[in-house]
Amino acid sequence: MAINVKVNGATRSVNAEPDAPLLYVLRNDLELNGAKYGCGVSQCGACTVLIDGVATRSCVTPLSRVGQSEVTTLEGLGTLAKLHPLQQAFIDEQAAQCGYCTNGMIMAAKALLDRNPRPTEAQVRAGLADHLCRCGSHNRIVRAVLRAAQTNGRI
Amino acid sequence: MNAPHLTRRDFTVGLGGIALAFSLAPIAMTQQPPRLPGSLETNRLLSAWLAINADGTATVLTGKVELGQGILTALSQIAAEELDLPLARVTIVSGDTGRTPNEGQTAGSLSVEASGTALRFAGAEVRAILLELAAKKFGVAVDGLKVTDGTITAPDGRRVSYGELASEADLKREATGKVAPKPVAQHRLVGQSSPRVDLPAKVTGGGAFVQDLRLPGMLHGRVARPPQYGAQLETFDEAKVRAMPGVVTVLRDGSFLAVAAEREEQAIKAVEALSASAKWKAGPALPDPARLYEQLKALPTQDTVISNKDGPLLASGAKVVEATYRRPYQAHAALGPSCAMAQMRDGQLTVWTHSQGVYPLRGTIARALGMKPPSIRCIHMEGAGCYGHNGADDVAFDAALLARASNGRPVRVQWTRAEEFMWEPYGPAMTMQARGAVADGRIVDWNYDVWSQAHNMRPGDPDGINLLSSWYLADAKPPGPARQAAAPNFAGDRNAIPTYDLPRQRITHHLIKDNPLRTSALRTLGAYANVFAVESFMDELAAAAGVDPISFRLAHVTDPRERAVIEAVAKAANWKPGEKGNGVRGRGIGYSRYKTIAAYTAVIVEVEVDRATGKISVPRAWSATDAGLIISPDGLINQIEGGIIQSASWTLHEHVRFDRNGITSRDWASYPIMTMPDVPKIENVLLNRPNDRPLGAGEASQGPAVAAIANAFAAATGRRLRELPFDPARVKAALA
Ligand code: FES
Ligand code: FES
Repeated sequence: MAINVKVNGATRSVNAEPDAPLLYVLRNDLELNGAKYGCGVSQCGACTVLIDGVATRSCVTPLSRVGQSEVTTLEGLGTLAKLHPLQQAFIDEQAAQCGYCTNGMIMAAKALLDRNPRPTEAQVRAGLADHLCRCGSHNRIVRAVLRAAQTNGRI
Repeated sequence: MNAPHLTRRDFTVGLGGIALAFSLAPIAMTQQPPRLPGSLETNRLLSAWLAINADGTATVLTGKVELGQGILTALSQIAAEELDLPLARVTIVSGDTGRTPNEGQTAGSLSVEASGTALRFAGAEVRAILLELAAKKFGVAVDGLKVTDGTITAPDGRRVSYGELASEADLKREATGKVAPKPVAQHRLVGQSSPRVDLPAKVTGGGAFVQDLRLPGMLHGRVARPPQYGAQLETFDEAKVRAMPGVVTVLRDGSFLAVAAEREEQAIKAVEALSASAKWKAGPALPDPARLYEQLKALPTQDTVISNKDGPLLASGAKVVEATYRRPYQAHAALGPSCAMAQMRDGQLTVWTHSQGVYPLRGTIARALGMKPPSIRCIHMEGAGCYGHNGADDVAFDAALLARASNGRPVRVQWTRAEEFMWEPYGPAMTMQARGAVADGRIVDWNYDVWSQAHNMRPGDPDGINLLSSWYLADAKPPGPARQAAAPNFAGDRNAIPTYDLPRQRITHHLIKDNPLRTSALRTLGAYANVFAVESFMDELAAAAGVDPISFRLAHVTDPRERAVIEAVAKAANWKPGEKGNGVRGRGIGYSRYKTIAAYTAVIVEVEVDRATGKISVPRAWSATDAGLIISPDGLINQIEGGIIQSASWTLHEHVRFDRNGITSRDWASYPIMTMPDVPKIENVLLNRPNDRPLGAGEASQGPAVAAIANAFAAATGRRLRELPFDPARVKAALA
């Protein structure tokens, strides 16, 4: 059935069942690569998107629960031509190895900085505690978030 | 020019190895082809490595692939350096059996040495060819020409660009290896921390991974795995699943059961229905986890003495120390489970895969499916960070099986988290037994035995099919045998031979021939466990000798580069000889030269032990590394630091759980790893050796890190942990 979802500022119609996980709708119907499948059971954070500004795991969010809310994905933060400060900071700090966790880290950091624009390092670590990285890029990720927090105020 | 003039080169290209060997046998006997540097030796044409394009860009071709280690950036730097092109004008194509050289597997920290060396020499030679063409065009000597950013300038100011010379440059010729690469002093790009070429796409949601590939008409595939190793499918409800929405293919072949559907969530529902209806005959029981190591040691082994030095017999008064160390099965557990796409059209199979070796994969799929390798093309695309032989090849074969049954439509197969945990090949459980002796502050005897299952069960084995699903097909083809790997790379015995100068030593590898749990290559192979054991034992011997562990190591090294990294890390950490722990805090060191031929790395860590909960934290770590000529300092630090963190996670948390009925580690709750708040702060020192060749460093820090943690715990508490992981239960038992 056709269902409307608001993603990155546009209303899109998708042909999916209401219980379809948002992750697959974003990736397969809307061809958005940002959110990643990592575990499918809300344990790793790779699939994180913002729903009305709240970091949400799209792998366990059925389409029906999205309703009229605004979904923001990594693509909605910025583009290659106009990077969001977090995206820029992740490049500046070279804050990845494989980059598979990057989406979740950036989206969770976005929600974190929206709540707390000047977090301490410990707050960043705590805020990303349930986002897994398997490559050992953690310290770079923390540096990138702190760097973005510094530039954020000036954007 | 177009006369049918058959050169030896054309002959090679046009006819194949067998005809060549025949016809040229007499020549080959008198004229050995010159030995070429790096992978040029096995892929000898310049055009196999480089193309100069009319738009002035260069295309680099490499058989090595990106695993998250930044290798494509490093290789682009090397090629751009030698060609005198800006990095932005170099594009790189990697791991495609239709286009790139065959460089086997991307593994063992060998890529910079193999592919990088080939590109260095090929780049220098291609640049020389372009210069010659320009010299001819201008009627001047090559010596007077200058190259800047791909434009050649004559002494009188005339210019010509690489792009303009592209059509005349014949690169379909064998490399000579005779054009010297640039001296280090002239490097502009090598040695600089070039930003990773893949990151912009990864931070903006650009298509970067095989998971992101979408083809028109693509189906979503899933496999209904058996409940345990070796279980056999008896019945399942095919009709019910066929009637489910979106289901296009239901494939049963022996005990291989899979489905493909229009939509991903439909495929998931369909595979759940398949699994729910399937009846299986149980497979063999797994070992009893409570007696795992005894049971493993009782299995048949192939024993090899890999080093034997008969020095003077023990003097009386020598202190003898004995210890046994253990490492459990550990998982790669890439953050993104394995994924692949395959399409079969007109007898041609194309597979998009994050395999570490597209050529070995192609050959093995060909044998498994009874196809000819030329009718299969395997194209590498990145997957999530790859730390060795995970499910990448297996899922590629799953996709191929489903594609063959899906009428030309491409099929994307995504393994689930549970599937990856339960079916990937693990890093083997290992036992390391050491007996040594010290006298007068020096080691006088060293005996070391290591027991391990195979670490190399990748596709490409000539005697078996190392692809999971092939073992379950009606026409099942079993895996290859466990194999002993040779020096210097070794496998379960990697780094079992210490680099220390020891008067007497005997080191024996016991290769367990059986596979009670599926194992293969996990980052460092046996080095993680062997360096854990060797370096823990060094501290145990140092303690017996009453000598500071760093002084003790320095007393046993002969290579000045080893000495330099150990001294550098001690300096960075401000190590105080004879420093002592205080019951809850302490520091320790671990050192190794990876594979005894690659990068030198020493690590010091500080641990904090919560005696009540048994939790060990690692707040800080320091490292020092000598990887020869450094291509990208930041890339190197990323590898070293990532390796320390990954090793700390293996060391404190990780072991594959199982019971007699099967694997019970199925998600991140049953296989926990280190998380952000527990990750140590790390300071890294790099010792650049611009005049020495680059040494592989992607796996250099894991061994030293585990040993440093073990030694720090011993320094903190006076007790020693010899069985991994150092989880709270073991810590409490050690402190009791
Ligand atoms: S994929 Fe959603 S949390 Fe892991
Ligand atoms: S960079 Fe690979 S999982 Fe984080």
